[in-house]
Amino acid sequence: MNLTLKVWRQKNPRAAGGFETYEAKGVTPEMSFLEMLDVVNEELIAGGRDPIAFDSDCREGICGMCSLVINGIPHGGQPGTTTCELHLRHFHDGQTITVEPWRAKAFPVVRDLITNRSAFDRIIQAGGFVSVNTGGTPDGNAIPVPKTTADRAMDAAACIGCGACVAVCKNASAMLFVAAKVSHLNLLPQGKAEKDRRALNMVKQMDHEGFGNCTVTGSCEAVCPKEISLSFIAKMNRDYGVATLKGQ
Amino acid sequence: MSLDSKIPPGPLAQKWDKHRFDLKLVNPANKRKFDIIVVGSGLAGASAAASLAELGYKVRCFCFQDSPRRAHSIAAQGGINAAKNYANDGDSVYRLFYDTIKGGDFRAREANVYRLAQVSSNIIDQCVAQGVPFAREYGGLLTNRSFGGAQVSRTFYARGQTGQQLLLGAYQALSRQIGLGTVEMHPRTEMLDLVVIDGHAKGIVVRDLVSGEISSHAADAVVLATGGYSNVFFLSTNAKGCNVTATWRAWKKGALFANPCYTQIHPTCIPVSGEHQSKLTLMSESLRNDGRVWVPKRKEDCQKPPASIPEADRDYYLERKYPSFGNLAPRDISSRAAKETCDDGRGVGPGGRGVYLDFADAIKRLGESMIRDRYGNLFDIYEKITNENAYKVPMRIYPAVHYSMGGTWVDYNLMSTLPGLFVIGEANFSDHGANRLGASALMQGLADGYFVLPYTIGDYFVSAKQAKPSANHPEFKKAEENIRQFAARLLSVKGRRTATSFHRELGKLLWEKCGMARNEAGLTEALKRIPELREEFWKNVAVTGGNGELNQALEYAGRVADFMEFAELLCLDALHRRESCGGHFREEFQTAEGEAKRDDENFAYVAAWEYQGAGKAPVMRKEPLVYEEAHMSTRSYK
Amino acid sequence: MKTIANIFASSLGKKYIMAVTGFGLFLFVIGHLAGNLQVFLGPEAINRYGAFLQSNPELLWPARIGLLLMLGLHIWSAAKVSLENRAARPEGYAAYEPVGSTYASRTMLVSGSIIFVFVVYHLLHYTAQVQYLNLTGRDFRVFVDLKDRHDIFKTLVVGFSNGWVSGFYILGMALLCLHLSHGASSMFQSLGWRNDVYRPMMENLARVVALLIFLGYSSIPAAILFGYGREVLR
Repeated sequence: MNLTLKVWRQKNPRAAGGFETYEAKGVTPEMSFLEMLDVVNEELIAGGRDPIAFDSDCREGICGMCSLVINGIPHGGQPGTTTCELHLRHFHDGQTITVEPWRAKAFPVVRDLITNRSAFDRIIQAGGFVSVNTGGTPDGNAIPVPKTTADRAMDAAACIGCGACVAVCKNASAMLFVAAKVSHLNLLPQGKAEKDRRALNMVKQMDHEGFGNCTVTGSCEAVCPKEISLSFIAKMNRDYGVATLKGQ
Repeated sequence: MSLDSKIPPGPLAQKWDKHRFDLKLVNPANKRKFDIIVVGSGLAGASAAASLAELGYKVRCFCFQDSPRRAHSIAAQGGINAAKNYANDGDSVYRLFYDTIKGGDFRAREANVYRLAQVSSNIIDQCVAQGVPFAREYGGLLTNRSFGGAQVSRTFYARGQTGQQLLLGAYQALSRQIGLGTVEMHPRTEMLDLVVIDGHAKGIVVRDLVSGEISSHAADAVVLATGGYSNVFFLSTNAKGCNVTATWRAWKKGALFANPCYTQIHPTCIPVSGEHQSKLTLMSESLRNDGRVWVPKRKEDCQKPPASIPEADRDYYLERKYPSFGNLAPRDISSRAAKETCDDGRGVGPGGRGVYLDFADAIKRLGESMIRDRYGNLFDIYEKITNENAYKVPMRIYPAVHYSMGGTWVDYNLMSTLPGLFVIGEANFSDHGANRLGASALMQGLADGYFVLPYTIGDYFVSAKQAKPSANHPEFKKAEENIRQFAARLLSVKGRRTATSFHRELGKLLWEKCGMARNEAGLTEALKRIPELREEFWKNVAVTGGNGELNQALEYAGRVADFMEFAELLCLDALHRRESCGGHFREEFQTAEGEAKRDDENFAYVAAWEYQGAGKAPVMRKEPLVYEEAHMSTRSYK
Repeated sequence: MKTIANIFASSLGKKYIMAVTGFGLFLFVIGHLAGNLQVFLGPEAINRYGAFLQSNPELLWPARIGLLLMLGLHIWSAAKVSLENRAARPEGYAAYEPVGSTYASRTMLVSGSIIFVFVVYHLLHYTAQVQYLNLTGRDFRVFVDLKDRHDIFKTLVVGFSNGWVSGFYILGMALLCLHLSHGASSMFQSLGWRNDVYRPMMENLARVVALLIFLGYSSIPAAILFGYGREVLR
């Protein structure tokens, strides 16, 4: 099959960017979207032109590095799928595809389709952990965790930190990401000791980074490759509220 | 150079305790005076960086990804072993030790493996305390599953995302330290050289992948946690960015490289679908708990729909050949068995390079919902890639390169032959011998980072009594200059072939000549072909852009250039090891039944290769493997 | 003090304000509807209700001030949140698909703004009874019933007999319905009183309640346009 790509090109954060058009010829439906970009890049390099810069690493949907907005939808719109797991069988021959980077003030473009998502790291650094040092921890079975609680914490912990929630949100809000992390740890008995502090500090950092606010549109949940539920945002709202009312 | 493994004297079970007592300690107030560089932020790197910072050392951590959370440890699916014996099925530290030694085909260092088994329990406790959501029973206690190469259930897991959850645990601990200011994190930064001054590792030279800036970082010790080299085969289950550059460049600075020929081929991966393929995807080995591996008995049946092949015409070859372990036979054995059936013309799927992994029986026995509960996400991944529903038709799987047991040689303290250079996790060679058992990689990475290195590194600081290094030292300037020249050289070739195309050709060559089965003729041919390919690479590689900018083509070309050199050492090691053991199968050395034939008399040693300078043949040093406790038996999973 | 600062300065706090004031306004909307629907019980009922409210200024004015305050905070938080949201994405997408979100959820600012304009008109129309705004040429203030009470029944019938006024009223209610179909459930989300189990229930309930509110309010001008209460005009 043949595809036409309209790709955002931008040399560096300061440069002005724009769309360029490329033809992906003779690609096959079994190929992944990124493998198709690899083919385009191969041709560009062989022709002495700069390849399209994009992030990817594990290429199996878990590292969270890949981050393309494909035809207006982060990760391309297949349910529970990252860009790297998206295969060309979901496109048709002759289709024109627009490829853009994540767009948010907190995720500035680094080059072409690569953005800087270190804001997420700083949010975790503000409180996305349990304050335990290595060593001296009790036996793993000393803290029973009800299966339902462990499962729910795991649902939240499945977040891969890709930032698609921010990219799709009309407000560029990072609530789903932050809520997933707050919920993962606040649900578990191990995380209860610093539950209030965690919610307050992580939200503070999130606001500081310049993400937008949640208006509960639910589009984050719809594009999340790990299908993380909007209900975790409610959980964070509750935890933050309780912590605030306590005057912490 | 003689290799001193520094194995402590005394009975095996007491070595680590005794050694910890003997290790010199750094006064808590003095720890902040020592700078440590950790390269890599996977399980080993992140856990080490966090633990060292907690102790009070000043740590700088580097990774090439945009966040330390994305290191490839995140992709490990199945689980992590620990000798907790929660299942009450007779597990013990000794059993885990023995299974690992035996699984490694008696080519691992006994004392290291025993220590690994000893600290395995602490790892689970640590991770639970960090909030890793391991799978639980309804009563709230931790649950286990079984894994290849073991007859007890000792594997802890978090759905099919155990590596992710463990890495997030370590990343959280690391993030906490970054937030506290005790770790300085450098993401999107690649280590390009190790700096050695007066025989001690004193720092690294890195390239900022965004700005292209080359800079020097001096420290009292350097820790490499840079993972394995499976990507030398081009197609592997490793992430696209995984590379050998850090350990390779350390090799050229004098850190010996051990057992490069020990590469692991994982039996359950999704088969290759075409030439364009950029990487392979693994299906967790845990699937073999409930899936049954088979191929048609007759070649004529291979293209028929699997459901139409009656039970009598199917060959459940693992169950047939290895009745006591069946579908849970270790990875190297299962992989080779798959290759044999496909070589025999009985492979299934496009190209005939695949075997069935069938869940029909398990679904009949346990119900689809139970199977979905256990493996749902793996079935989803499979469907995304192949467009096939594995609840209805059997999965097709084929072996793929997955892990490298070989790596930088380290002593019992995890220090390389270069004082001050420590190597941990997959990047070192120490614990898995010639074959790694499932769910042991996560265990080793975290053992090294949380519970071994934090003790041993202090001993080095106290005993070495080294002067404080400075990044202004001429050695740093020299290294920076070399890096710049290296980049300039790559950019100046302006050839017609991309680095990918060279990498793909190299990988194909290695897979054919030095993959699941190797022989003298093939290896000799590869050793002839690799230098030719390398020469062509330097004459004809196309690298666009410049050094002073984000340049993925340049980053990648540099890594491929190292693979081009490293591949030769890999083949050299494979050629010299005239025996079959674990992941290293030499066709000349097999039993009448086609099983690996070890030669303990001549090859019970670690082969550590020493760099002699450009264009000179490396020299092999031997570390003899002495087994005080384990009896070197022939591995049998029958 | 820290608590207050947290609420007014943080993103989540502003949403609490929006949710709490939204909830208060939501209750008012329901109460107001219950009062208004008495119009279908005839002039006596609705005029008595009106006289009852007017005769208790000690209750009426605190309620009015409270409502105004809530409205003010609701609008303030909406404005603040919207401005921040806009700033959070300085460069938009060339192609954008708002997957997974409802039309109502994406247009809260627009629906809210028009409802605000409606509310202002509505207050001038029926509360302040500004004559030239009712488009009928008649002065509502002089409508008095037999018991010397303000004749609300007549006011409504005269007021809604104008098609433009009724039309705007129904449009306002339609937008209120849209606004509430999202807001009535999402306020519980913002306050953290929602989970996977109750969420579908709450979302559906919000839609049903919003629709009932629309039908309830719109039934009055609609009925009057179809002739209800015409006898008072004679």
